[in-house]
Amino acid sequence: MNILVPQGPIAAADKTILIDSIAIMLAIVLPTIAAIFAFAFWFRKSNTRAFYWPDWEYSGRLELVVWSIPALTIILLGGVAWIGAHQLDPARPVAGTGQTVTIQAVSLDWKWLFIYPDQRIATVNTLTVPVGAPLHFQLTSASVMNAFFVPQLGSMIYTMNGMVTRLNLRADQEGNYQGLSAHFSGDGFPDMLFDVHVVSQTDFADWATKTASGDHALNAEVYKELIKQSVPKDKAVYRLEDPELFQGIATQRIAPGPGPELTAKIGATDAR
Amino acid sequence: MLGKLTWAAIPFDQPIPLVAGAVVLVAILAVLVWVVVKGHLPYLWDEWITSVDHKRIGVMYVLLASVMLLRGFSDAIMMRAQQAVAFQSPGFLPPEHYNQIFSAHGTIMIFFVAMPFVIGLMNLVVPLQLGVRDVAFPTLNSVGFWLTATGALLVNVSLVVGEFARTGWLPYPPLSELTYSPGVGVDYYLWSLEISGVGTLVAGVNLVTTVLKIRTKGMNYLRMPMFCWTTLASNLLIIAAFPILTATLAMLILDRYLGFHFFTNEAGGNMMMFMNLIWAWGHPEVYILVLPAFGIFSEVVSTFSGKPLFGYRSMVLATMVICILSFMVWLHHFFTMGAGADVNAIFGIASMIIAVPTGVKIYNWLFTMYGGRIRFATPMLWSIGFMVTFILGGLTGVLMAVPPADFLLHNSLFLIAHFHNVIIGGVLFGAFAGYTYWFPKAFGFKLHEGLGKAAFWFWLVGFYVAFMPLYAVGFLGMTRRMQHYDVPEWRPWLMLASVGAVVILIGIIFQIAQLVVSIRDREELRDHTGDPWDGRSLEWATSSPPPVFNFAVLPDVSGEDAYWAQKVRAKQPANADEPHYEAIEMPRNSPTGFVCAFFATVTGFALIWHIWWMVIAGLIGAFATFVVFAWRDHDEYEIPAEEVARIDRANISDRRDMISAAGSV
Repeated sequence: MNILVPQGPIAAADKTILIDSIAIMLAIVLPTIAAIFAFAFWFRKSNTRAFYWPDWEYSGRLELVVWSIPALTIILLGGVAWIGAHQLDPARPVAGTGQTVTIQAVSLDWKWLFIYPDQRIATVNTLTVPVGAPLHFQLTSASVMNAFFVPQLGSMIYTMNGMVTRLNLRADQEGNYQGLSAHFSGDGFPDMLFDVHVVSQTDFADWATKTASGDHALNAEVYKELIKQSVPKDKAVYRLEDPELFQGIATQRIAPGPGPELTAKIGATDAR
Repeated sequence: MLGKLTWAAIPFDQPIPLVAGAVVLVAILAVLVWVVVKGHLPYLWDEWITSVDHKRIGVMYVLLASVMLLRGFSDAIMMRAQQAVAFQSPGFLPPEHYNQIFSAHGTIMIFFVAMPFVIGLMNLVVPLQLGVRDVAFPTLNSVGFWLTATGALLVNVSLVVGEFARTGWLPYPPLSELTYSPGVGVDYYLWSLEISGVGTLVAGVNLVTTVLKIRTKGMNYLRMPMFCWTTLASNLLIIAAFPILTATLAMLILDRYLGFHFFTNEAGGNMMMFMNLIWAWGHPEVYILVLPAFGIFSEVVSTFSGKPLFGYRSMVLATMVICILSFMVWLHHFFTMGAGADVNAIFGIASMIIAVPTGVKIYNWLFTMYGGRIRFATPMLWSIGFMVTFILGGLTGVLMAVPPADFLLHNSLFLIAHFHNVIIGGVLFGAFAGYTYWFPKAFGFKLHEGLGKAAFWFWLVGFYVAFMPLYAVGFLGMTRRMQHYDVPEWRPWLMLASVGAVVILIGIIFQIAQLVVSIRDREELRDHTGDPWDGRSLEWATSSPPPVFNFAVLPDVSGEDAYWAQKVRAKQPANADEPHYEAIEMPRNSPTGFVCAFFATVTGFALIWHIWWMVIAGLIGAFATFVVFAWRDHDEYEIPAEEVARIDRANISDRRDMISAAGSV
């Protein structure tokens, strides 16, 4: 999860800007801190060698310097922010090899549902993506707000009910990483972890084909269970019955999660 | 009859809140019994509870903040302990309890520690610095304090009756809507802040009016001490921002109570509206807190360097620039919402621009020290600790104003470390500096220096040990508010952070010891001069503690650092004519604030539990209080000229003795 060990171009660029910004600021922060200690020490009352200017309160030249130093730093850093915000806008497509994979992520109480509309598959709390290919995420929430975040792949983004946010990422190294929700969403929030498997493009195609012909289907009934508040133990994979499921959730055609009271009531009826 | 309130509301199955609540209850009862048995009740009622004296109200604000600091800090200790043990295990706090703790911690620390602390210091000091006898609206001031206390009380009642919010210190919908938070926790949050928010607004109106309309002769704007300027800026922000908070929370209340759809998932509600509104209040709020702290540091650095503040006009300009800019940056709290590159970039740059006037302030304090004769008394230690710590907090803040960096660090423990860095290193260090600096003014004796310095060092070291690891663990991808976790790399940092919390605890123990020892040794620590630190502004021109009317004769100001100028003049042979004393009219004490707060508490509690008859009773009571207050005939009393003269002569002779004693050394 270390953001300083990026595994994709977005994470790497985010990290570069982060490190550069720190370096730019340290260039004035460190001398300033040194000056605070130096002045405080030298002008201590017991130091008889230090001069005392009891009435010195203004110097136009110093004022100019004092306003200029932070202003110049901020002009430089503002440029970094402007360029960075545009180049790394989450909605901006990322280049890559192979076909773009569209993944529709839905945050539920308290799990992630990943829908691959083109492959007609869906997974819970596990994300498999091909290495090097552009990954295009469309995200929404079927209950409260969450934030989708895979620290080593880069930028996070909120998921909100009735809205679709967009995020473009790419993974450059095969391997297993971890993702999480980065916005508090209730009692099961810390369990909203998911695995990210970055596999070769052929492996991804094989996995997708195999899963698409699997036994378990994600249909309306299964989804009705999924949106109840729970922390799933296993990471289920499904063949996707309704390719319009994501649009249904995002446009609220399918009602959002019922919250604690209704979940309890539904459970009670089932038990009877 | 009692709405939603049943025995099930008392958490008999949860030992921690129950025991904590019982201990607090016993402590409060013990204090009450002691007060009554010892016969202190009339004194407490006449001199404090019904007092409309700005100094007394200021002290009560600080007392409230100190008590709530202990509550908020015990929440912090529990959170640190939980995260230290909850590696691949559920820890000792279940999620529903842990989530209440971090929500309560944030709410208490901002609204009931930082706010009352700075408002208390402003109340205590600003009229003295302006050289006047009172604030603009003394009774309203008392109402403001007691409504703040009501909010604090309701938050604490939630510990044992029902539950507190489990939604974080800002209750983002839709999690805070009835669907996902059906309990009374969010309602406790909402009504506490609605009531105390009115109190804060009232305090802001009072202080702004005081600074704008009530200044002594010759005290024009550019002669006011820096703390008065920051008070003005901070309270202007309160007046502009707190109504936004009140309105936003009122909309959430309408959603929860009357089935409105401002922020719900259904029926066109929009959670993004809530986030924009709450941060339109929330970002100015951090400047409401930190600007007064900047004012305190300006006073302290100048006094203990024995020099006027460097670049005074520059500081005034920087303060007012921050005041205005603080309203233009709220969106940086949610760069990750997907607003688009232009919006993110503009708000990112706007946020960075605030760093310019703030940086100017740091340099001005630096050059105030330059050429000074620095005395390292406790307030000065807090100030230097602040300067270094706050620069680091500023660095990480500006870093997160860069949108791509924020895309990695948003909501992480890096963010937690950042805002604790600026709030502890800025606001709290400022509050502690002000507390030590003005304590002798309020009570007539200094605080114990050795224990104060020990407290400072433990706080400083504890802060770094507690929060530097959180910066690190933020780089490791850890997000905030995790009740448990499975990532082994995080654990050592979280263990280290809990050690830091214990070091801070030692600092707090030293602060309590300092207060106790200082009260015990008050005769040795007595300040007869009224000016224990060789101060520069008018609060030091009167006795410690000041008489109820502050100044027997209102001072005539002819420049900055008014009292310093008086002292310089006094060294020259002067005509020591006794001034002409006149009778002084002062406002009478009034129980309005206390009674008002009593009914507000009843109403708030009843609203939380849907006890409608009690709501009506409470509202009628509050309205009746207002009517009684509005129709009272005698709102002032007169202190005769002889009495004023007697008090002032005693004060002057006290000072003469001190000065002549100093001259003989």
